[in-house]
Amino acid sequence: MSLTWYLVVSALIFCIGAGGVLVRRNPLVILLCLELMLNAANLALVAFARAHGDMGGQIFALIVMVVAACEVAVGLGLVVALHRRRLPIDVDELRELQG
Amino acid sequence: MAAVFFFIAAIGAVAGAIGTVSLRNPFYSVLALVGHLISLAALFLLLRAEFVAAAQVIVYAGAVMVLYVFVVAYVGGMEPTIGTSTGKGLRFVSIFFALAIFVELAIALIGTGLAGLDRKGAPYHAPFGEPAEVGRQFLTTYLVVFEVASLLLLIAAVGAVILARRRAGLADPRELSVGDLLRRGELAAGDAAGESMLEAGGRKR
Amino acid sequence: MTVTTYGWLVLAFPLAGSLLIALTSKLLPQRVHGALGTLAILLAFLSAVGMFLKLQDLDETHRQVVSVGWNYAKTLGVDAQLAILVDPLSVLMALVVSGVSTLIHLYSFAYMKGDRGYSRFFSYLNFFVFSMLLLVMASNFFLLIVGWAFVGAASYMLISFWYRRSSATQAGIKAFVINVLGDVGLVLGAYFIFRGTHTLDFLKTFATVDQSFAVDSPSLVAGCVLLLVGAFAKSAQVPLHTWLPDAMEGPTPVSALIHAATMVTAGVYLIARLHPLFERAPDAAAVGAIIGCATLLIAATIGLVMTDLKRVIAYSTMSQIGYMIMGVSSGAYAAGMFHLMTHAFFKALLFMAAGSIISAMGGVQDLDKMRGFRKAMPFTFACMVIGGLALSGIPPFSGFFSKDEILAIEFSRGGWHTVLGVLGYVGALMTAIYTFRMIFRAFFGEPSPEAVELEHGHLYHPHEPINPANGEVEDTDVGFPGPDHAIAERELPMKVAMGGLAILAIIGGFLQVPGVDRALDKFLEPTFADSHLYETLQPSTGSQWIGLIVGAAIGLLGIAVAWRLWGDGRLPVAIRQRFKSLHGFFSHKWYFDELIDALVVRPAAWLGRFANSTVERLLVDGVLVGGASGTIRALSAAVRGVQTGYLRYYAALLLVGLTGLGAYFLISA
Repeated sequence: MSLTWYLVVSALIFCIGAGGVLVRRNPLVILLCLELMLNAANLALVAFARAHGDMGGQIFALIVMVVAACEVAVGLGLVVALHRRRLPIDVDELRELQG
Repeated sequence: MAAVFFFIAAIGAVAGAIGTVSLRNPFYSVLALVGHLISLAALFLLLRAEFVAAAQVIVYAGAVMVLYVFVVAYVGGMEPTIGTSTGKGLRFVSIFFALAIFVELAIALIGTGLAGLDRKGAPYHAPFGEPAEVGRQFLTTYLVVFEVASLLLLIAAVGAVILARRRAGLADPRELSVGDLLRRGELAAGDAAGESMLEAGGRKR
Repeated sequence: MTVTTYGWLVLAFPLAGSLLIALTSKLLPQRVHGALGTLAILLAFLSAVGMFLKLQDLDETHRQVVSVGWNYAKTLGVDAQLAILVDPLSVLMALVVSGVSTLIHLYSFAYMKGDRGYSRFFSYLNFFVFSMLLLVMASNFFLLIVGWAFVGAASYMLISFWYRRSSATQAGIKAFVINVLGDVGLVLGAYFIFRGTHTLDFLKTFATVDQSFAVDSPSLVAGCVLLLVGAFAKSAQVPLHTWLPDAMEGPTPVSALIHAATMVTAGVYLIARLHPLFERAPDAAAVGAIIGCATLLIAATIGLVMTDLKRVIAYSTMSQIGYMIMGVSSGAYAAGMFHLMTHAFFKALLFMAAGSIISAMGGVQDLDKMRGFRKAMPFTFACMVIGGLALSGIPPFSGFFSKDEILAIEFSRGGWHTVLGVLGYVGALMTAIYTFRMIFRAFFGEPSPEAVELEHGHLYHPHEPINPANGEVEDTDVGFPGPDHAIAERELPMKVAMGGLAILAIIGGFLQVPGVDRALDKFLEPTFADSHLYETLQPSTGSQWIGLIVGAAIGLLGIAVAWRLWGDGRLPVAIRQRFKSLHGFFSHKWYFDELIDALVVRPAAWLGRFANSTVERLLVDGVLVGGASGTIRALSAAVRGVQTGYLRYYAALLLVGLTGLGAYFLISA
């Protein structure tokens, strides 16, 4: 129940999210896995906030949520634009920036 | 008791995470993430962060995930396989390195015996975690952060609109709506027997 | 006006003339440029006369005046200055150079008419005169080298004046390359001297040479021999002489000025000016004397068999310069300079006359084709005979007194110099023979068709211009000789110039009649006051007159032999048959060209080809340039390989990096 447990859970979720980002091809799911990683960070922040009795961690976590929301909005807007132009929704096909 | 709740919530969170990563249908991934978020909210409650937990459920699981559902419905895209066109190499590398990071972090957390981790933690004082306290912090110590965050939200909203809009005046010729097609009589309303929604949208005459 | 002001004016007028003609080359008509050029040199000559008169006003012990224009460099103890030295030797040279140049400019005024490069010619000619005057008036090694180099450049520009003739440009390059070799010798020699004396100035060097060097010390001998290399290259002595016959590709006034009267005498001037050094290193002086003697003999033998008119006169020049070099190396300074002066007169005269005949022949220079011009061109004939008599040393012409004075001093020096004297007389015999061979073949005998035409008052014109060297048909436009041919009988400027030189060739000798007057000796005494040979080598009047009589006899003998063989324009085929191999050897100019080609030119060409194929292509292009660019290309290709375009690739890279970082911190903790 000490801080360590929460941090281990947070690490586990972070690694699962990282693996997901690398393994999946659908950009929507990749964004979801990014959310996982952000949530893991949130958990760590709140855990430390409790451990030190400092509200700053919670404030930080709230702001992270704000940022995640913005990022999701923009990312999803990109995916919608891709779909509009009939491009394949697959990160392996979208590689014009190569070379 | 707290330990029991902790373990239930933790297992729920991890299960949700694994589900997000491995489920093929993006809808199911979103649902798994929602489950994960709720479990995380339970963990936040255990950590005396009531407002954060509430915000998590309402904002994150409520608003953001609903947005996700809408877009997944619009875009669709089932992956044929999780398999990669870049070969098995990349898959192996990613799983291996993800594991490697976890191991490193675990060693760091458990093995090194960091001094700050083993204590019981600070004693609990009343206004910790309360919404009123959060509000007070936002308006005093973290005021600038608060304002910047709102600015960020504005920019993101505007950006999302711009990214996803249709080019004004130029109708994408491929962007025909079913209604137009029906009105112009090029289309016969098809019968929905044994077809997917996509195919049932109408076929050209 | 002081004497040095006149000195600077002597330098300024030709330079100004050259620049003025060059800058207004398209603005003024050609003849104006010709007049400007001639006027510039005439003014230079008058300044030289003024310099001479003012110098005589000075006290005898103070007749070496230095005037410094400014200092170029005063660091590291090197005193490089723009300074001229006005003393009897430089005044004599300036008078000879500017005087003969004035007459040659006058000659060219008429001779070069119709040539598209007329203005360019006068600009170059003025520049040459400026360079030569700079050379003789320089008061330190630095300016001497500058003048030396300029003279070489002017010679190149003038030899390849008709630049669209490949034979002319090749000759120009040959002359320049050999001259550069001499320049290297000159500079190195000057360096050796400088190392001992620590000064570049002539007067200071002469004052300290005895303390700085022991007699025949190796560095002094080395320095003097290197200076001699420079002198030999410029004065066309063996083995650096191969450029002079080829230099006859230039227009005839150029041959007259540069390759008879002035540039080729620079070597003689050098040795005379630096006589204290050569007296301190008698070994080097001996080298000079022997080479001079060898040259005079070799050149005379080749002159006997040459069939190109100008080349005969060129080899004659080489031979006479040999006399001069032999003379000044042996201590006969005044005699050598005297011969330089008289030679300038009669050799320029001979070249001018040759130019006249070549014009009459329509540009052809082959002796085999010229016959019987005596009636058609009487003035040219008279000038040529006067020049020939002076060259052969017949009294009372000028060459008689000057050449034999050198030989008399050789005999009075004794020892092995006597051998040189005897060989000098052998050379004199051959000189008389080839000179009159030339005259008899060109002017006597059955007149050739061109001569017949001219007798009827009509100058021969070839219907298409031909390069006389290789018979190619050419053009008369820019870069080629003009269509006009000017002969002395019809052009007044040419007549005046040739007449002036003829008079000088006749009376010039009377400056130094043994027993009667020693005008030149006395004039040059202040320069050579520090020479221990100058006064001691005065042969008695009696022995001098014996030498003169012997010389005259030899000259007349030579003329008789020539008359016997070539009089009436016959060709002595029988003699040629008897000495066939010798004739062949002389005709091939003693195979010097082939020798130099094998020893120097071919290895250099091979080295160049090797450097190109191996060093340049493989090493520089392949390894250095190609290697550098190839490495960069490979590196950038490697870096480019990272940019696959796959999003997950990049994410994986991020993750790997993060892992690595974590591992590092974990391990270092």
